[in-house]
Amino acid sequence: MIATTIEEALRILTFQSGFNSAVVVAGTAALGLAGGTVGTFLLLRRRALVSDALSHATLPGIAVAFLVGAALGLPERSLPLLLAGAVASGVVGLLTVQALSRFTRLTEDSAIGAVLSVFFGLGVVLLSVIQNLELGGQAGLKTFILGQTAAMAQGEAIAIGLLAAGAALAVALLFKELRVLAFDPGFAAVQGWPVGALDLVLMGLATFVTVIGLQTVGLILVVALLIIPPAAARFWTDRLPALTVAAAVIGALSGWLGATLSALLPKLPAGAVIVLVAGGFFLLSFLFAPARGLVAAALRQGRLRLSFAERRALTDLLDGRPVEGPLALWLRLRGHTRNGALTPAGQAAARAAARDRRLWERFLADYPALLPAHANWGVDPIDSVLPGDMVRLLEERSASS
Amino acid sequence: MMPDVQEFLQIDAPALLAAVLACAACALVGNFLVLRRQGMMGDAVSHAILPGIVGGFLVAGTRETLPMMLGALAAAALAGLLIEAVRRLGRLESGAAMGVVFTVMFAAGVVMIEQASAGGVDLDADCVLYGQLETILWLAPKGWASLTDPAVWAALPREVLTLAAVFALCVALVGLFYKELKITTFDPALASTLGIPAGLFHYGVVLLVAATAIAAFEAVGSILVIAMLIAPPAAARLLTDRLAAQILLSVALGVLAALAGYGAAAFGPMLLGASHSLNAAGMIAVASGLILALAVLFGPRHGLLGRRRAVGRLRNAPGFIAPEAQKP
Repeated sequence: MIATTIEEALRILTFQSGFNSAVVVAGTAALGLAGGTVGTFLLLRRRALVSDALSHATLPGIAVAFLVGAALGLPERSLPLLLAGAVASGVVGLLTVQALSRFTRLTEDSAIGAVLSVFFGLGVVLLSVIQNLELGGQAGLKTFILGQTAAMAQGEAIAIGLLAAGAALAVALLFKELRVLAFDPGFAAVQGWPVGALDLVLMGLATFVTVIGLQTVGLILVVALLIIPPAAARFWTDRLPALTVAAAVIGALSGWLGATLSALLPKLPAGAVIVLVAGGFFLLSFLFAPARGLVAAALRQGRLRLSFAERRALTDLLDGRPVEGPLALWLRLRGHTRNGALTPAGQAAARAAARDRRLWERFLADYPALLPAHANWGVDPIDSVLPGDMVRLLEERSASS
Repeated sequence: MMPDVQEFLQIDAPALLAAVLACAACALVGNFLVLRRQGMMGDAVSHAILPGIVGGFLVAGTRETLPMMLGALAAAALAGLLIEAVRRLGRLESGAAMGVVFTVMFAAGVVMIEQASAGGVDLDADCVLYGQLETILWLAPKGWASLTDPAVWAALPREVLTLAAVFALCVALVGLFYKELKITTFDPALASTLGIPAGLFHYGVVLLVAATAIAAFEAVGSILVIAMLIAPPAAARLLTDRLAAQILLSVALGVLAALAGYGAAAFGPMLLGASHSLNAAGMIAVASGLILALAVLFGPRHGLLGRRRAVGRLRNAPGFIAPEAQKP
């Protein structure tokens, strides 16, 4: 039982489980990739939650489009019509958020909350109207709320994949423009960049990704595709190109693994599974990423602390003060002491540490404003941080005082 | 066709009562979210409590209020801690930190629900998303005359009793700590220098919002709670500059939204000749949205039209030179 499940999982993961599921998995991976790239700039522009209002606001549009389709006598639910409705009401919601926070005294967070919930409420009312009318094909509407990959047609998955790839490509082409928009919109405006238009392009791309993600992830959770991958990527790097690539990779992996899992567990809503996989990647990055992860940070801090304590213990020994406890053991293990006395190597290290400390203290007293930002003063050897002539100057000053 | 008295008292009255209490409680605490620029906290909390509710339900095995409420409170506290941890340790802006935490927790809740309902447990995603206003029944009253019997009142549905208790708790806490809430909301730094723990009140407000959202969620669903939390206080903020007036006004507007929304959902289609009713929770959210829209447009001082009129008055004042006439 378990073996067959694993086998099945492997087949889906490697796109060998029938063309249809391969297409769905690939389409979802492309969606995650687009979410990661577009989301990176939303995150840096501090617009991440605006897209939450946008995605909830698509519900009334979907319902109205369904009613229009039924009134026109379309036999099946027509996906392009529903998505057009989603875009229309999503954009109305977005504009309402911007108008509320710009033209009234309400702050953006209140505007987002109000638009998100009121539009969603309107959608819920319209859904209950549709339910009462007992029209055919309405079961498919529920999948827009929590998402479903199982019911996705092959053509739809291909379309989603291609559109998502297009969105990622658009970000790649506009990379320079979006970069300056994300970091310094004021500078961009002074340099003559059309900041307003670029903002519109960014929100347009977010709308685009949201709407094509509706069916797979559902409108409540689709915002996670835009937020979680870049937030996770933030722990890996501080450089924008690397950040964008990392977010794209994490998004694509989330989509890929999530779609695979939800193919194995068809009862679970695909959106929730994909978001949980993305959340798993976030947790991994949060804990173990080498640049900013918790474990890496704790290790760095511990090393720094140990190094500082070791240097202090060495200077203490040099001055004839005894060192006890675990630190004494550590010094013996490092070969700095034997039988409580400094070895020749320990003597040299202790003298270097004492000189470093003396010079650092002199430097901090005389030139506190010149301290380099990334120096661990008192721990880093002073010769490797400060220029040689400054060190010589400090030597002279500390010798004369 | 008008519904008869007994039907009204048994079906509509308890639902209406629950809606009114939920809206009033949410509007009351929502004021502090709106003023503290923490509107998204309501969003985050109302999504993040989902796994706690389902967990409490699964552990207790019943739909008793207490375990679900405890689970939800635990989830809300966990969400608050996680958001703070992600924001500080990850150095992410708070919106993104909230987005990460509440989407993951909501997803976990959805998965738990689907797993539970696959095991034959009576809980589905719909009731969590849209609430169950329509299923709150009060079977005791038989007519107007029976309302004088205390036994009938004792048989009020527990959702209504919970909401009444939470509303009373909100009123009591806001009344008791009104001065402290006011000063920590408008000037946390001054509050700290005066010895009022602003941080404690920050978490207190978040927890009170969580408790209210949990109690109201059963009636109106997890997402529509946000409408009750944000829309009435936001509308009241556009109508007045005084905190006490804003709070009273927001509660009144919340009650109005509940009455209008429920009325429109339950009786509106009937007046138009349709036999079914609409989703009441959704309609209440729409009503609160309409109230907010009216306040945005017609608010006397801060509304768009009111501001335009004020500008017009200034332009017509003696001695005013229009900018277009000032060209060199």
